[in-house]
Amino acid sequence: MSKRPVFYPIVFGWVSMSLCLMAQVEDKHEILFNRDIRPILSDNCFQCHGFDPKNRKADRRLDTREGALKEKDGVTAVVPGDIKASEMHRRIHSSDPDEVMPPPKNGKHLTKEQRALVDEWIRQGARYEPHWSYTPPTRKAVPTNAHPVDYFIEGRLATVGLRLSIEADKRTLARRAYMDLTGIPPTPDAVKEFENNESPDSFNRLVDTLIASAHYGERMAIPWLDVVRFADTIGYHSDNPRNVWPYRDYVINAFNQNKRFDQFTIEQLAGDLLPNSRLEQKVASAFNRLLLTTEEGGAQAKDYEARMLTDRVRAVGTVWLAQTIGCAQCHDHKFDPISTRDFYALGSFFADISEGVIGKREEGILVPTASEEQKLAELNSQITRFKNELRSESEERKIQQVEWEAGLSNGHTDVSWGILIPQKLHADRGSKLSHLGDGIIDVPAASSAASDSYFVTFKTPPGTTMGFKLEALSSESLPNKGPGRSPKGAFIINEITVKDGDHSLKVSEASASYESKTNPAKQAIDEKNDERNGWSNVGLIGQDTSIYLEMASPIPEGKLVTIILRQASGDNQTLGRFRISATQAPAPIRAPRVQYPEEILKIVGIPSQKRSSADSAKLASHFRATAPQFAELRRSITDAELALSNFEKSVAHCIVSIHTDNKRTVRILPRGDWQNDSGELIEPALPHYLPRSNVPDRPLTRLDLANWIVGKENPLTARVFVNRLWKQFFASGLSKVLDDLGTQGEPPLYAELLDWLACEFVESGWDVKHMVRLIVTSRAYRQTSVASRELMASDPYNRELSRQGRWRLEAEFVRDTALNVSGLLNKSIGGPSSRPYQPEGYWENLNFPARTYPNDKDDRQFRRGLYTWWQRSYLHPSMLAFDAPTREECTADRIRSNIPQQALVLLNDPTYVEAARNLAAKIVRLSGSDTPSRLAWAFYQVLQRAPSETESNELAALYQKHLSEFVAAPEFAESLMQVGISERPGTGSTPELAAWTSVARVLLNLHETITRS
Amino acid sequence: MDLQKELFQFNAQQMTRRAFLGRNSAGVGALSLALLQAKLSASSPENNFARGVVNPLHFPKKAKRVIYLSMAGGPSHLETFDPKPKLAAMHDQAMPESMTKGKQIAQLQGKELKCFGPQHPFRAFGKNGTEICELFPHIGSVIDEICLIRSMHTDAINHDPAHMFMNTGSQIAGRPSMGSWITYGLGCESQDLPGFVVLTSLGKGGQNQPIAARQWASGYLPSKFQGVQLRAKGDPVLYLTTPNGVSATQQKDVVQSINAVNAAHDRLVDDPEISARIAQYEMAFQMQSSVPELMDLSQEPAHVMDLYGCKPGDGSFAANCLLARRLAERGVRFIQLYHKDWDHHGGVKNGIELKASEIDRACMALITDLKQRGMLEETLIVWAGEFGRTPMSQGGSGRDHHNHGFSIWMAGGGIKPGVVYGNTDELGYEAVENPVAVHDMHATMLYLLGVDHLKLTVKFQGRDFRLTDVHGKILKPILV
Repeated sequence: MSKRPVFYPIVFGWVSMSLCLMAQVEDKHEILFNRDIRPILSDNCFQCHGFDPKNRKADRRLDTREGALKEKDGVTAVVPGDIKASEMHRRIHSSDPDEVMPPPKNGKHLTKEQRALVDEWIRQGARYEPHWSYTPPTRKAVPTNAHPVDYFIEGRLATVGLRLSIEADKRTLARRAYMDLTGIPPTPDAVKEFENNESPDSFNRLVDTLIASAHYGERMAIPWLDVVRFADTIGYHSDNPRNVWPYRDYVINAFNQNKRFDQFTIEQLAGDLLPNSRLEQKVASAFNRLLLTTEEGGAQAKDYEARMLTDRVRAVGTVWLAQTIGCAQCHDHKFDPISTRDFYALGSFFADISEGVIGKREEGILVPTASEEQKLAELNSQITRFKNELRSESEERKIQQVEWEAGLSNGHTDVSWGILIPQKLHADRGSKLSHLGDGIIDVPAASSAASDSYFVTFKTPPGTTMGFKLEALSSESLPNKGPGRSPKGAFIINEITVKDGDHSLKVSEASASYESKTNPAKQAIDEKNDERNGWSNVGLIGQDTSIYLEMASPIPEGKLVTIILRQASGDNQTLGRFRISATQAPAPIRAPRVQYPEEILKIVGIPSQKRSSADSAKLASHFRATAPQFAELRRSITDAELALSNFEKSVAHCIVSIHTDNKRTVRILPRGDWQNDSGELIEPALPHYLPRSNVPDRPLTRLDLANWIVGKENPLTARVFVNRLWKQFFASGLSKVLDDLGTQGEPPLYAELLDWLACEFVESGWDVKHMVRLIVTSRAYRQTSVASRELMASDPYNRELSRQGRWRLEAEFVRDTALNVSGLLNKSIGGPSSRPYQPEGYWENLNFPARTYPNDKDDRQFRRGLYTWWQRSYLHPSMLAFDAPTREECTADRIRSNIPQQALVLLNDPTYVEAARNLAAKIVRLSGSDTPSRLAWAFYQVLQRAPSETESNELAALYQKHLSEFVAAPEFAESLMQVGISERPGTGSTPELAAWTSVARVLLNLHETITRS
Repeated sequence: MDLQKELFQFNAQQMTRRAFLGRNSAGVGALSLALLQAKLSASSPENNFARGVVNPLHFPKKAKRVIYLSMAGGPSHLETFDPKPKLAAMHDQAMPESMTKGKQIAQLQGKELKCFGPQHPFRAFGKNGTEICELFPHIGSVIDEICLIRSMHTDAINHDPAHMFMNTGSQIAGRPSMGSWITYGLGCESQDLPGFVVLTSLGKGGQNQPIAARQWASGYLPSKFQGVQLRAKGDPVLYLTTPNGVSATQQKDVVQSINAVNAAHDRLVDDPEISARIAQYEMAFQMQSSVPELMDLSQEPAHVMDLYGCKPGDGSFAANCLLARRLAERGVRFIQLYHKDWDHHGGVKNGIELKASEIDRACMALITDLKQRGMLEETLIVWAGEFGRTPMSQGGSGRDHHNHGFSIWMAGGGIKPGVVYGNTDELGYEAVENPVAVHDMHATMLYLLGVDHLKLTVKFQGRDFRLTDVHGKILKPILV
């Protein structure tokens, strides 16, 4: 503890001293505003003297030259060339706490060296420069024979007295390239082949092979999925699933097919708006739906409308612009010229997306494979065929209709209903249901809950049951005679489900003797989660009313069926008394007022020759919809429709962007307050401070936004992407703060290189594979990552790039590595998310509904890490331990930590234990017979190198010790061999396999195994 | 050895740009190397864990640690700590519109707003006759140790954002939780336990709100400051248990071999991350024994079990309170308990009674137990929900979410005991006297721990972020 205080002064001292050195070294040179001055002013002055007028003090702006040079009350902050006349000079050197700038109470302080720099800058004329990333990148000429990356890096290194480190050995190079380009380590044979290939272009060839591999797309997808916050669940509160995985396949395929990045961008922001957009482009537009949503009861639409708008603005800001536009939600940005208007204008682009603000996400569009598409067409044409058959007219049918009409005018016979006697009654939240006899179920006031789900279980009566009737019964015992429990006597049934055990039986139609406009019977079977969505008696209080349910399929007799009435209003709008009956009559099962509506009876009353043609058509259609002789045909249609809907369920769905002309209104929310309606209405507009041209003179759309993002004038997009790409190959971006290229970010040390790459990216036709190849074929990429202590100390973050980076693998690749070397990895590309083993009870804090996590029981268990089910509120703990982001927010830069949980995962997670025992089985089956040669073989599998003598001795001792222990206690060896779902190996004795498992566990846990170097 | 990284991180956070701009290779290197070596020698295990970035402390510390009792779901202040006779008098009458107009409302949107009188009587406790609901006689018995705040308010009105706001000072996901901030600032005194520990318990009323792991996430702070959940069922810490068939000694052998091979590799590549990795394996292995020992309440004497009213391993809130004391004894910095099921949209009368039976005794026991051990004065206890509940009825038996005024309490660690601070209006709707914002609570907690909330900042996305955003005032009147 005692040494602690000493440290930071040293740190500060170091910086001060370096600045001092610089000041001495460079004062003959020109001070550059962006490099030397802007960071000082931005950190210390702009908060009160910057772009945001609301927080501006003394009406003094220092972020523009004009503002700094303006005279006010005889005072001028900066007089170019004259420090004595410059108020800035006086104030930063003042010792008066009321005078000195920045004010000490803001916790800011300029060092002596910073003050000297500012003075020198004023002396040299106080030149301002536009912020580096807001000016177009320029391309410096590179000599023909030079590799552009090396040209810039070697050029700078020479000036600072450094040079590139030696090349890494070939094994390291192979491992590096495999990890960086595919995320899967090489096999020993692949490394050997590469080592033996002495051709000068062997590395470039290896790179070409890897970039062409389908695993390249998977590897490239991961940072993209992070930055767009792709996840399988909605995020807030219940954190329920949504259908979105086809978007992940889109991303993988786009990288594999080397889709132009401008096209990739446009499709994601506005794929749905492209003329004749293809399915793939629609799926791409799922990007706009990846934000967090809620199903929480009591959430207010306007609140979440504002949250969703800000979420989308932050996303566009992070993904393409690396601008912290989100900071301008409540006030103009303090450091960058981003106005609150820019913020809402950007959000306004997305107001056309059709979506429920609150509640469950829709299923989404179908994303069929080619063969599924064919099947869908067949099923659809079958339905059309049946429908045409029903619609067709014949003499015979005309005669039948006359007979049917006669029956109607004579008064129809109603469907017969048999009352059901409940066998079991139950409610979720404590309401006590009791059977009063004659099927009548009563809920006493004392027990009733504000929201409750009733469960009524009974045996189906003889014959096949085709439908149910639920009578809501009025009673003196209920408020206003009910039948609801609310003080007004109202009820609302949000959802009626019919279940045979755990299996839901589909209700095909619902109609009721009374239906209001806002709460018709159909809302009780539409599976929507909104608490105000359901069948209600509001408007008919105090009277009996019934809902009629037609089942999609007949239910055989003697089945134990449960009808569940979900009532979730939260304010006692629950049923107080009711009864359920069943019928065996054929479909349609409708409320009488629906089956024989007034309108139809009226038409029947008109002589046929006097009916209008519209009336005749209506009657003919009602005849076909209800007359018994069409029952079979109607059943065929229902069956065909059911077959279609069942098949559709098996087809992938994806929520995507769908445009609506009925756009949400967007206003500036003063201080971000969504309850404040006083702000100005805002139309889509591009950020005012960034260049653009040819902006169409009409309301702008998402497509316009996308086109501008990848337009020629936009100085940011290409830089942003190339900068992130750089991180993938060198540990950090050329500008370190990947999500902020604004004034508070890091001006890149290698600005010319970043600009060159950005220009090359655009001019190559936004060719991602070209850029990847360009970076990894540089000499700089092939440097060793081993640093001398001196180099480590002088450049701890490797900002000079005089060596390669070394870092612990991404969470996904830690997993992929273990599965691959053990031979378990399932290498199939794409498809739905998989569910690797997860500790039991990990989801215990999830609710609405409570849920368990079913591990995959087949080879999906062994899929690559990037396919892991991404539960935002409880991300898989192995992934989380290795810093996979929860993707609740856009993540441009993953944290890389080194924490004990990582050790616990690699030691004890069944995935790694199972991988170890499979690797052990491979060792025993495939390698030599003596321990040293087996150890060597195992090292090659995992690390593609031979063990050192120390390593070999260490592990041989471990093997011998554990072998004798397992021989003595074979039952322990046996249980170790049973970890996981993979098959037990055929070769080797159990104690031997168990002892090799210990060795394999060590290998899978090694720092080197999980490190890219 | 993690310290080295931490220092670099800290360094980076403080002054990225200028450091690099100013670098030229010769002179700086020597200095840094000296720094590095100084650090290496300082990172012996004893002080490896205790360090935080706030060193020395900004203020004299009053509390060493925090036990934060999160009452998830939003406890009704009107049936716990805020007596409102006027509300009882106005029961069933219309709520004055002047009070509610234009205010956030959750499930009562568009509904008729009627007063709903307190469902349980209040009674005076302690030397000052502080009135609290009579369902909490045990808390009443230690009310003289407690500072009751009746004027809390928050920005959010739905559970998930409101929890985020309470925990992180922001409604945007991805910000560090207060436990992370505090362990980042102060470090941890335990060598074999994490600095920030979370325990959850279910209520028996069936209204258990989901709690996302983001509530204890470290956001943009290093992952080592994230809350680690201790679970009553299964592995107490995820992946803590040795694989089937592997004995404790064999596990130790494996860890030793891993560390030996890693150390051999380090000699070749000289990568500080490797020594950090070795330390993490040691820590993980220690946790495999320290955590089960911690969780084993069978070592507690009968009178202590009786005081809390729990049985070993019953997963109750009371058992978690006892575990909180054991964690506090072992030097854990921030201990957060979640007890769920306070979401009484309906049946608040019975609901609160059930909740009282689950927490009343345990809260008293925690205070009493800590006091008896002389630990209360160095332990800050906070009891708070994510919001309160409406004075208006919901469905005739319940109350809706309410963010304009509610009650929390604090005790121990520099908090003035036996006082009531602030008040809501006569109907319990809005905090009118000495309103306390969530940022104020955070600022005060940090102050008691010796940390200036204005100075504990981290640069993220180009901005200096802090737990209190751009707000927060220290509640001086409630401090000793």
